[in-house]
Order: sequence, then structure tokens, then C-alpha cells
Amino acid sequence: MADIDLDHLQRLAALRLNEAEAERAYRELEGIIHMIDAMRGIDTEGVAPMANPLDAVQRLRPDVVTENIDREAYQAVAPNVDGGFYLVPRVVE
Amino acid sequence: MSVRDISQALAAGSYSSVEITRRYLQTAESRNDAINGYISITPEVALAQAEAADARRGRGEATPLTGVPMAHKDIFCTRGVRTTCGSRMLANFVSPYDATVVEQLAHAGAVMLGKTNMDEFAMGSSNENSSFGAVSNPWDTGRVPGGSSGGSAAVVAAGMAPFATGTDTGGSIRQPAAFCGVSGLKPTYGRVSRYGMIAFASSLDQGGPMARTVADLALPFAYMAGFDARDSTSAQRSEPWLEAMRQGEVPQQSNGLRIGLPAEYMAKAGDSGAALEAAIKALEALGHSIRPVHLPHTEAAVPAYYVVAGAEASTNLSRYDGVRFGHRAEHPTDLTDLYERSRTEGFGAEVKRRILTGTYVLSVGYYDAYYRQAQKVRRLIQQDFLQAFTDVDVLLTPTTPNVAFAKAALTQDPVAMYAQDVFTTPASLAGLPALSLPCGFLDGLPLGMQLIAPHFEEQRLLALGAQYQEATDWHTRTPEFAP
Repeated sequence: MADIDLDHLQRLAALRLNEAEAERAYRELEGIIHMIDAMRGIDTEGVAPMANPLDAVQRLRPDVVTENIDREAYQAVAPNVDGGFYLVPRVVE
Repeated sequence: MSVRDISQALAAGSYSSVEITRRYLQTAESRNDAINGYISITPEVALAQAEAADARRGRGEATPLTGVPMAHKDIFCTRGVRTTCGSRMLANFVSPYDATVVEQLAHAGAVMLGKTNMDEFAMGSSNENSSFGAVSNPWDTGRVPGGSSGGSAAVVAAGMAPFATGTDTGGSIRQPAAFCGVSGLKPTYGRVSRYGMIAFASSLDQGGPMARTVADLALPFAYMAGFDARDSTSAQRSEPWLEAMRQGEVPQQSNGLRIGLPAEYMAKAGDSGAALEAAIKALEALGHSIRPVHLPHTEAAVPAYYVVAGAEASTNLSRYDGVRFGHRAEHPTDLTDLYERSRTEGFGAEVKRRILTGTYVLSVGYYDAYYRQAQKVRRLIQQDFLQAFTDVDVLLTPTTPNVAFAKAALTQDPVAMYAQDVFTTPASLAGLPALSLPCGFLDGLPLGMQLIAPHFEEQRLLALGAQYQEATDWHTRTPEFAP
């Protein structure tokens, strides 16, 4: 059976499930991992992993300014800003 | 009404864009209570765009899409109009910019009626994962429309828009198209810009059009497609046929094609088996030859897909932190609390499930066994297709293993829900273009068939699909939908 440390996964994913949700998530994750285990036995010796279906790589563009950031417009959707800064709970005491 | 009929009527001056837009707005508003296909209906935007379209036509500057009403899946960012992605996380998000797809269709003069409902962050095969309520299938409102572009499929089927945009990561255009009896094209990966299309799994996501008929897909597709410097995976291609399609041309099928029938799919055709046999006969009668092919790694597609898509989703969705945009938890005690509660409150159950799956397959000790292995299997699946295409021009398969299922039938069993994607995920992993179109009915519910072509051969799919629809009438049936 799959070895799932749900507390660890939640920390990595920045999620916090309550007890009932966690119990259900654990069970469902077990089922999903069991399902995806079906591809583990396939012989992939010597096969190169495919990250992009066209095997394309990132394009480079000339290093010139193409657009100016409109900070006010972009921060208009932020939940909490002040003077151009995003506000978060105090990190450094 | 078809996109082509509206386009021609507008050109002939039979009615104005404002008139046809008002009619569609009325239908959309009166039917939305029953269908819930729209998250937002935007009459002010629509009528302003329709007036502009009529003025543009008056100046002699119209394209064949100018003044034609349509709907955008609510995954495409629209400046000034709320973009929710079906999520509580973005319930109040108003994008400061337009997606390239939105911009291109607006440039062509298309008129946006509203934004369509969808599974949250495009994760789902039933549209039951939307934070804005489930969408009903217009053929039977007790059933699901498919997902994740279920709203787009439903509004097209219910006559609430002549065409709509959708996105497809593992089948999210094709499966709802099949369930709702409409046509839907997932283009080649890289063909349609992903800029401003909210990311789910970036190596798979692809936008495409949905409409009643294949002929009606050509025009929107041609305006959605094209290189975009703002999308780092956009394909740099120059296809003269795309320009011809932008002028209103529908590709014609002139010669007989070799159509491959993958044995691995046919063995699981289920509900679609008999309809597919009839479609084969119709295609043979049109001069095409059918031959069996093998795609031996087909069974590995759903597992590999849920690893790759989960991994990419967990990475992409890490941007929702309650800081820059989206839902923010109230009164956080510290930064970790802000992150965890914002995300826990903002995301629904399926999104959390995918994030946790993705986090698992990417975590230390599991990366090679799952993520890397899935990427290798992905190549084997693509090689199966490329091998098949040395012998055939196009592949024919069922789109789904069954007709639209009842609401709530699969919500307690994620693995059974994922199995719905058995015929659609392989082409997604391989980055191939694929078209779903109606091919029959079972107990009054539509069935779809899928055509898959080599990379960048959308023209072949559209030509063959349009030819099939000239010889058959499944696509002309509409639900007896009582408004």
C-alpha cells in the first residue's frame, strides 16, 4: 500500500484539512496512487522523459524592453497593498 | 443558428449585430436558470461590442466574425469582466488584461455574451466541481454536461451561444462536446496561445473552439490560432490554410484518407460501439479506407496523465497565496497561516486532491518512480501515435466510454471519474490535435466520436469532420429544451 504522510504533503502544499477532510483525502489519495501505480511497471529503459510534447525548448528574445508594468493596475486586484507594497503579516520581529 | 448562417446574414444586412446579440442575450438569460452554463452574462459588454461591430461593418471593415455573438470559458482573462475559473479563489478577480484568445476574437469583431461555467481550475469531467454550481446537460438536466468546458458545451447545445471557447488539458473540450452533442476541437499543443488562459497543466493546456457543427469551428479556430510571443510555448508556424479559414473558407476533403481504428480503444468503446460501426460505414461510403492500428501504451495514458497534470497543477497553483490576487483569509496570525487558510478556503475538494497528488509525485523519494516515469511513458504514448501515423492519415476512436452520466453518480469516486478520460488523455499527452463530433444517440443522449491527426494537421480533421457532417445529420439534432 502507498506510503502517504498526509501531514507532510499538506505542509508542502500549504493546505490545512480538518480531520474529516483529511481522513477522506487519505483514502482518496490511496485510490489515486493505486491507479497511477499501473504505469510504474512499464519498461522505460533508455526512454528520454518528455517535458514538452513538441520537444520544444524555451525561446529566447532580444533583451529589450517590450512592456512597462502598470503597477497600479496590477495591484488593483491585490487584497491588501499600501504605497505599492503587498502587505503580509509581520515576518521579521 | 449556425455561425456561418449568422455571418452570412450579417454580411447580407438581414439583421444587425445588435439585433442578433439581443436575441442571444434573451435566450441566454431565460435558459440559464435551468442550465447554469454561464457564470456571468455580460449584456453591457455584448451590446457595446455589437454596436461597434455594426459600425465597423458600415465602414466596410468587417471580417466574417464581425458581429457574431459568442461565449468565453471563464478561464480566459477578460479585462474589466470578472474571471473566476470556476473557483471561490477567484470569485472577485477582475483581470487587468485580456487573454490573447480574447484579444484576437475581439479584434475580429466577435461579440462576447458572457463567461461560461466550468470545473474549478478546469479540473473535472462533469462540471460538478464548479464553485458556481453544477451545469445541467440540455439533453437531460438530471445529467452532467461533461467537463471541464461543460458550460461552453451546454450553452452551445442549448442555443445560448452560436459558439464558445473552451480549453482542453486531458479531454475538457472533447468530452463535454460529446456529452452535449456538439463539435469541439482541441488543437495541437502550441497552436493557440495560452497567454491569459489561467494555467492548470502548462505542458498540456490548449484552447479551442466549440460549436454545433465542424464547419462552424473553422472560423473561430482560425482567429484563435497563431504565434504569440507572450506564450513561451507558442508554436511558430505559417499555414496558408489558416488565412483562408479566416476569410470564411471551410476546408474541403478531396481525396480518400486512410483511417486507423485503434484496437485498444475499440475494445472499450462501450456505449459508443454501435454508433462507431455506423460512422465507419459512412466514412467508407465517402471513399475512405479503414484499417486497424495498435497503440499499445493506451492503458498507461490515464495514470501518466494524472501524474503529469497533478504535478504541473500543484506547481502552477502555488501562485494562489492570498497576497497578490485571489482569496485572502481574514485575520492571519502569521505568513504560513495566511497561505494555508487562504488556499484551504479558496480551493474546492477536487483542486486540493490534485494538488496533493501532484505534491506526492514530486516529493523526495517519489519523483523518479512517478513523475519521471510518467514523462517517459508520455514519450512512449507519443511514439505509438507517430508509429501509427506512418500507416494512416487520421485515427478514429470513441470520445467517451459512455453517454452523459447522472449528476452525483461519480462524485464519491475520483478514480472512476478519472477513468472517463480514457480516450482523450492519450492525444493530450502526445500534443496531437483532436476533434470530437456527434456520431449517434443512445436512449436520447448524444454520442461522440474522436478524430486524431498528426501535429498541426487541424485542417485535415476539420475537412474530414465537415465532410462526414454533410453526409450525416446527427449534428443537426437539438435538445427539446423547454426554456
